[in-house]
This record gives sequence, C-alpha cells and structure tokens, in this order.
Amino acid sequence: MPLLDIQSLVVEYHTVRANVKAVDRVSLSMEKGRTLGLVGESGCGKSTLGLSTVRLVPPPGKIVRGHITLDGIDVVNCPDEEIRRVRGKRVGYIFQDPMTSLNPVKKIGDHFVEIIQTHEPEVTEEDALKRGKDMLERLGILPERIGDFPHQFSGGMRQRVMIGLALVLGPDLLIADEPTTSLDVIVEAQIIELLKELKESLGLTLILITHNIGIVAETADRVAVMYAGRIAELGETYSLFEKPLHPYTQALLNSVPNITKKGQVLSWIPGAPPDLAEPPVGCLYHPRCAYAFDRCKKEEPLLLRHDDSEVACHLYDKR
Amino acid sequence: MGNILEVTNLIKYFPVEKSFLDKLLTSQKSYVHAVDDISFSINRGDILGLVGESGSGKSTTGRLCLKLTEPTSGSIVFEGVDIAKLRGEKLRRFRRNMQMVFQDPTASLSPRIRVGDAIKHALSFQGVGTPTQRTERTRAMLERVGLEPWTNFYDRFPHELSGGQRQRVVIARALVLNPKFVVADEPIAMVDVSVRAQILELMLELKKEFDLTYLFITHDLAMANYVCQSIAIMYLGKIVETGPKEEVFGKPLHPYTLALLSSIPVPDPKAELKRIMPRGEIPSPINPPSGCRFHPRCPYAQAICAEREPQLEELRPNHQAACFFPRM
Repeated sequence: MPLLDIQSLVVEYHTVRANVKAVDRVSLSMEKGRTLGLVGESGCGKSTLGLSTVRLVPPPGKIVRGHITLDGIDVVNCPDEEIRRVRGKRVGYIFQDPMTSLNPVKKIGDHFVEIIQTHEPEVTEEDALKRGKDMLERLGILPERIGDFPHQFSGGMRQRVMIGLALVLGPDLLIADEPTTSLDVIVEAQIIELLKELKESLGLTLILITHNIGIVAETADRVAVMYAGRIAELGETYSLFEKPLHPYTQALLNSVPNITKKGQVLSWIPGAPPDLAEPPVGCLYHPRCAYAFDRCKKEEPLLLRHDDSEVACHLYDKR
Repeated sequence: MGNILEVTNLIKYFPVEKSFLDKLLTSQKSYVHAVDDISFSINRGDILGLVGESGSGKSTTGRLCLKLTEPTSGSIVFEGVDIAKLRGEKLRRFRRNMQMVFQDPTASLSPRIRVGDAIKHALSFQGVGTPTQRTERTRAMLERVGLEPWTNFYDRFPHELSGGQRQRVVIARALVLNPKFVVADEPIAMVDVSVRAQILELMLELKKEFDLTYLFITHDLAMANYVCQSIAIMYLGKIVETGPKEEVFGKPLHPYTLALLSSIPVPDPKAELKRIMPRGEIPSPINPPSGCRFHPRCPYAQAICAEREPQLEELRPNHQAACFFPRM
C-alpha cells in the first residue's frame, strides 16, 4: 500500500476575479522510502499541492474535489483533531525561508518544546529540550546552542534547525518546499547532502518541491513535472532525464545550463505561463508548445501511461 | 582591443552603526570590509563574470564600477578617465557610457510610471535629442528588446507585464542611451527558469549590436560558464581567482573555486558527484579572518595561511589565484 495516495485532487483559490484552479485533477501515489521531486516554475501549483497533503492550503484556497490518503487516513475529510495529529507527527514540513519560519523572539529550545508538547503533552520540558539537543547534534549544530535565538544563526544553520523541528517527532513523510532556495551554493549542497543522509538513516519518504532541476536530478527517484496546476509528466528520474516525453519537460531540461557539458546551447520557452484565471482552451501548454496541432487547441490531454512514465500530451495519445 | 575598465586597489568599507551604549563604551569604529583591495580589468567587448556567494562583495564591486557607491579608496579608470575622482555634472554626463541592469525588475521600475516613459526618462535626463526623437527612439528600443509591436507595451504599467517582459524593459532603459559598458547584477535570478535563456540570448545579441562590454554579476556558476569569457571569483571582499573561463572552471587553482564547482547541482542524474565541502559558512565581513580569508574553512589550510595574506599571482598564463597551496 502506498504511503501517500492522491486521487484527482482539485484545489481552487476563490478570488473576486475568478476561481483559479491551482491544482487540477492531480493524481499520484508514493511508496514508502522513496523520494519524489516535484518540479515546475513559479505559480505551477507545486507548493499548493504540497500544502494540500496536510490540509494547510491557506484561504481563499480550498480543496474542492479529490482524495488524499496518508497511511490510511483520509486527509481531506478527517476531523480537525486528526489532521493536527498528522501534521508534525506523521508529516514533517520544511518551508523555503528559514528566517520567517522561526519565531524571532523565541529561543530554538522553545520551538522544540512547543512542537513536542503540542503533540505529546505528557513530555516534560526537560525531556523535550533533551530531544531537541540530540536533534541539533544529529544535524551538526552544537547542542548548547539550543538556548540561542534564531537571529544568532546563519541561514544554513537556521535551515538545519527547521529540518530538526520537522523531524523531531519522527514523521514518516518529509515535505521540503524549496528548502535551499534562499541559500548560497555551498550551503545548499551541505543541506542537500544532509537531507539525503537523513532520508537514508531514518528511512524517510521525501517530497522535494523545487524549481531547481539540478537538485531533482541529484536526489529524486521519481519526478513529477507540473505545469499550470496539472501534472505534465511523471516518471522515474533516470528515464525522465534520459528521454523526456512532454514537450514542456524537454524544453525545461534544455533551458538549464550544465557546467559539465561543453558547447551547450540553451533554449527557452516562448511566452509566459498562462493566467489561470483565464486558462487557454485545450492543452494549457499549447500556446507555448512547438509541436502543438489542432487537437491540442480543442481537447485537454489526459495523463496516460507511456512506456514506464505517465504523460499528458496528445503526441503520445494514439486513440 | 585594450581595457575599457581598469580597477586598481579598490576598497569600500561601510561603517557599522553602533548603538548609543556601544558608542559610550568604545571609541573604536568597526567597518564592513565589503570590497577589500581588489584590482582587475575588463577588455573591450569582453564579458567578465563576477562570481561569489552573498556577502562576497560582488554587488558592491559592480556599483563601485559605476560609482553608484562612493569608493573608500582606489581608482576606477574608464577609457582613461578616473571616475573615482569625478563629481557632479561631469559624473552625470559620464554615466551615459555606463549603465546598470538590476536583479529585481519589479523593484527597478516605478509602479506608477508607464514603461515607455520609464525608458524615455533616461533620454531626457541626459538631454538626448528632441522630444519627438526621444519618443521615436524609445519605440524602436522597445521593439529591439522583443516587446513588439511597441503600441502594445508603450503605455503599459509594469504590473501588467510578466517578469521576463519587465526585465526586457529594464534592459531597454539601460541601452537606450547607447552605453559602452553595462553592469548586470544577477539579471536573470528573478526570472522564470523557462525564459532565463531567452533574456541571456537577448543580452548577448545586444552586446554584439551595440558593441558592449559586460560585467556580469552572478552566484550561478553554470550561468557564468554559459555567458562569460572571463571569470573573477570573489570571497569576502577579495578576488581569489581570475582568468579565462576555460581556465578557472576547467583547471581551478583555488580551493574555494573547487568547493564552489563541486557544490553545483548538475542537471543529470548520472553525473558523479565528488564534493569537496568546506566547513561552515561565509564569515562576517566585519572582522574577516586573518591571513587568507578562506583559511578557517579550507581543507588544505596550513599554519602560514592564518598568518600571511596570499596575493593574486599568475600561476598559469592569464590565470591568477591567491593561494599558498594552489591545486596545480
């Protein structure tokens, strides 16, 4: 049984102008112990999808249809009590900006105590601090720094603290939303190495949300490419990079410079992602697609199996 | 060819504001050593990539080159004129030759000024042409950066454009004065991944067409490798390695360059990663480490590195590094 199973999920943001479908009929499932890379450009719905898995989509966002099953729990319909137990305890979440995710007037230790005591009220403050210290040590931070405030830590260290807070309750699933975007290259590499190591040693299942193709190539077993709220392509990392099927995936991979390649010629995608308040008819990618034909302008492609991958493109749909 | 810009012993220290109590207790002033005695030159028609992490002083260096920030000391010679000594009206007129493209196109454009006017203002500010000529020139420039037909863009406000289009406006505004030298500070960092290459391509085309020289500031080594001919690597206010791109990225000498190169995530799952990871993070530029500034993090550091400061030396033809134990 998969640890996480998402079926035809639709998440809408209700605004005055329109109901924007940020996530549209997304289905995917994740086996325990694997790493999924969720990639796409800004505004493609990858963060909203991540937040949906713990029912944290901020208003005016709303899950309007679909099912999310996390280890047997119905995330969409379960009572608030139960979803609160899921957050933190079953699913750890790391946000992009470690500066705004930590409370500036609270010591690191207080963050640990709050999280632990919320979920395990029987734990004493002393024990909670002890667990926090062990966690810090595990992440390469001196345990005595538990008495420090967030501003006394560097960006990379703060992100380590965030990882510690996400993992201290021992969740099975860790969702990291752009965990290294605000960090410098070397620190980014340090954090990615740390995540890979923790995933192995703790047997975590990891969802890595990022726009950085390089990080996905390095860490993920499976990749879901999102475009305008939909999954364009879903496949094993090796085959997706070797033989990308969807024209969007192909174009995206060709737009990223690779320092190990000589004489590379970068390409780009004309235009900009669509305005989801007024999405184009047919395939959402067709106005930017080099291969678009008549059918693409009329009919929306479904995510269908092709070889070992799944792809939503009429080029591969021979019906 | 010759140099268009020659920077010698450039220093910029920013004073640190102290609290009232600290002022009473100590008389010593402290400074952020943002740029600490660097020298470099750019050949006419070249693209020099200034690469480093945040806090390395690369943006300050870029601003100093245009004298948007007053240097503490040192000289910045642009086509034979030391702009560090220029003031007032002379400096203002000189700026026609040198323009800047900033990282955030949204912050670089006033939300209340139509993009056509934003470009035209640059011309009127420098007193170029008659009003009709200015409008003509603005229209042509909009079309040249790919915002065509101009009628669709001239009267738009920045918020009506996409990020990529806004950066095109910023580029148009920088180039409408026909400058010789452009400092581009992370010009694509805020642009969507899928359109980054397009903005780069535009900048490269315009470089040829307008005979430009670029100082390209970036933290993205792969991007620098794609765009630049020469590279200067900065660390804590110092240039630690510089030379042609093939040399610096192909045969890096400085351990810091090596660390940077090995940290880049490679967009290929089959790539083998051999990471040389320095300890910790970039220290504060207020009290930079003694000797070589990289020594506390360097895996190859020895006693001398903490005592003496290594100078940039030409270790291979055109390829300089500041290290006592370069990786030859």
